Amino acid sequence: MKTLIIYAHPNHRDSRVNRALLDAARELPGVTVHPLYHRYPDGFIDAAHEQALLTEHQLIVLQHPLYWFSCPSLLKEWLDSVLTRGWAYGRGGEALAGKYLVQAISAGGTDDSYRTGGQNGFTVAELLRPFEMTAHLCGLHYLAPFVTHGSRVIDPQALTEQARAYRDHLLALCADPAAHRLDSRETCQ
Amino acid sequence: MSLLNSPDFFQQATIYLGATVLMVPLTKKLGLGSVLGYLVAGMAIGPWGLGLIGQVEEVLHFSEFGVVLMMFLIGLELEPRRLWQLRGTIFGLGGLQVALTLSAVWALARWAGWPNEVAVVAGMGVAMSSTAIVMQTLTERQLTNSAPGHAAFAILLLQDLAVIPLLMGLALLAPTSGGGFDPMAAARALAAIVAIGLFGKFLLRPLLRTIAGAGLREVFIAFSLLLVVGVAQLMLSVGLSMALGAFLAGVLLADSEYRHELELDIEPFKGLLLGLFFIAVGMSVNLALVLADPLTVLALAALVLLVKIVLLFPLGRLFKLCTQHALPFAMLLSQVGEFAFVLFAEANRLGLLDETRAAQFKAAVVLSMVATPLLLMLFEHQLLPRFERQANPRPADVIDEQHPVIIAGFGRFGQVVMRLFHGIGQRATIVEHDPNQIDMVRRFGWKAYYGDASRLDVLEAAGAARACLLILALDDPDTVVKTAREVRQRYPDLAIIARAHGRSDAADLLELGVEVVRETFGSALIAAELALRQLGHEPYTARRLVWRFRQHDEALLAEGLKHRHDHDRLISLMHRGRRDLENLLGAELNRPSGDNEPDWH
Repeated sequence: MKTLIIYAHPNHRDSRVNRALLDAARELPGVTVHPLYHRYPDGFIDAAHEQALLTEHQLIVLQHPLYWFSCPSLLKEWLDSVLTRGWAYGRGGEALAGKYLVQAISAGGTDDSYRTGGQNGFTVAELLRPFEMTAHLCGLHYLAPFVTHGSRVIDPQALTEQARAYRDHLLALCADPAAHRLDSRETCQ
Repeated sequence: MSLLNSPDFFQQATIYLGATVLMVPLTKKLGLGSVLGYLVAGMAIGPWGLGLIGQVEEVLHFSEFGVVLMMFLIGLELEPRRLWQLRGTIFGLGGLQVALTLSAVWALARWAGWPNEVAVVAGMGVAMSSTAIVMQTLTERQLTNSAPGHAAFAILLLQDLAVIPLLMGLALLAPTSGGGFDPMAAARALAAIVAIGLFGKFLLRPLLRTIAGAGLREVFIAFSLLLVVGVAQLMLSVGLSMALGAFLAGVLLADSEYRHELELDIEPFKGLLLGLFFIAVGMSVNLALVLADPLTVLALAALVLLVKIVLLFPLGRLFKLCTQHALPFAMLLSQVGEFAFVLFAEANRLGLLDETRAAQFKAAVVLSMVATPLLLMLFEHQLLPRFERQANPRPADVIDEQHPVIIAGFGRFGQVVMRLFHGIGQRATIVEHDPNQIDMVRRFGWKAYYGDASRLDVLEAAGAARACLLILALDDPDTVVKTAREVRQRYPDLAIIARAHGRSDAADLLELGVEVVRETFGSALIAAELALRQLGHEPYTARRLVWRFRQHDEALLAEGLKHRHDHDRLISLMHRGRRDLENLLGAELNRPSGDNEPDWH
């Protein structure tokens, strides 16, 4: 299954976690890495180009840090410009139907800060609901996110393991994506 | 019969204007300047060419007023203070030039066995250069404000001053007339100059103010012309040069508030008359005589040019011009001026010069004028590149620091890059080929090394072998392309960002695999963006349209590379590009926004 990693990090050079993860993923066959901040430093997205890329791939990965409980702004701009009516949703908008979407998130907070009653109040999956809903509206199968917690304090050994885990996870997703589906229909009804 | 009633008038005007329109654009296109075009046009239509025009002397005399107007305009540009600063150059350089040339030519002529009187006349004539040709050439090449321009100007000014004593001297030589130094004449001349000065200081400005206040433009123009004609007339009546008088009047008005209006009004008259003057000079060549004895005339012209250049060049060096400036300076002044015509005519009248010799001299003079633009072209295309390669007046600096980035060229372009670099502590080795520029930026705290960055050994010294990036910010597009090509070959791993002038050299650079920045493209896009905002587009839309256009244009440029030498394909590509752009920008303008998405909720 051809995999497209849409990568959004405004400061790639300083992001240990995302760099390690991306390097690990890059080695996999059939993976296209598409760094948005590198490609679009102006902040304007070439929608036609992006749509062509999406068409060529079946598994779409949104890899980004969690900024203010959401994605960095350029990825939001990407969603706004690329997922157009009549293409991604609405009448005739079936270009993405049946494909798979997964998020690979890095978060500064620890695992147990993301829970009801924790420092961040919600689980990461809960915070990502807008993405889940977006995928749903486009007919994409939304898969459980791959989260790296404590990204500011993670030690090199753990990071190496996490990168390998990311690689393995992507391989597993390609082999059997349906096994990782969240039952999104239920959550939105 | 009045002039306008004469059928000749319109016929002649047609011939003059037609010849001008035909020849001048042609020589300008060939890089030879307008003067040569006029001269050749004149030779073609003159009595010894196609014979379309007869009265050469009258036309020459009339159009000489163009030179007078020109001197007035030069004066307007020169404030008295600046003139005063130039005094050393005017009298030192100018005086030496006149004295040395006169003596050298006289000695040569005596050695050739010419009679003393003829030798003196020839020396006087040859010492003079043509103000009209030199100033016109300087203006066309935008050199009026350069070091060789100033030096040339100083010499011309002194030559104009020297005319008076020279004419007096001529009268002394004449065997027939009594002549000689006349104290009354000198007093009259002095009185005239003082009168012009007083008039300019006390009467002229209130007068100008009154006339400008009347609000009639043509009256102001008429007054401007009257002023120059009047001054010229006065000078002529006391035996001084008209041009000198006009120049003085110009200087007196240089700091007046009407300077620009006067300039604007007189400029077109000057242009036309000067053109006519050059044509008349061209017409006055007796082609039949030249053809009858071409060797004599050619040898005379060549000798004159040689003598003048050989004397002018060291003088230029003596007055602190570098070789690269002194040589064009010498060539610029190497022709014999129109004053020689007056001199030869006068000498002929006084019986110092026989008819044939006068005509031969005249032809040689015009040939020397024709040679000026040719010599300058020879200099620019043959000698200058050689100089820049071999005899650099100053050896390249020893570069004692090497940084990962080399900036070649530290003018308007490189400086902006460097200032930004400085803000983030990024260091770079700067190489610049203009010593003045280096001194200037040094005062602002920048360190640039002197050297010709288009030379590989200089780049090598700047650390090209170990650097990771070369920014080619030189201003000559050909040099940039040539350097990029050589650097690509020698240091294939060195990334290059090059400043391109236009589409064609941008394409050359793209073909070399160089990162290209078209120097005015970015600022034009900013202008377009501001214009779109002015026209009511949202700032965000304006910025997006510009971004789209830029993407499109860059893609088109890259695509065009493939068909660079296939003209038809290129044209069809451009047509398609225009259509694509319409679609692209149209889509951008009609971009859906969240508000008009009916099925969102």
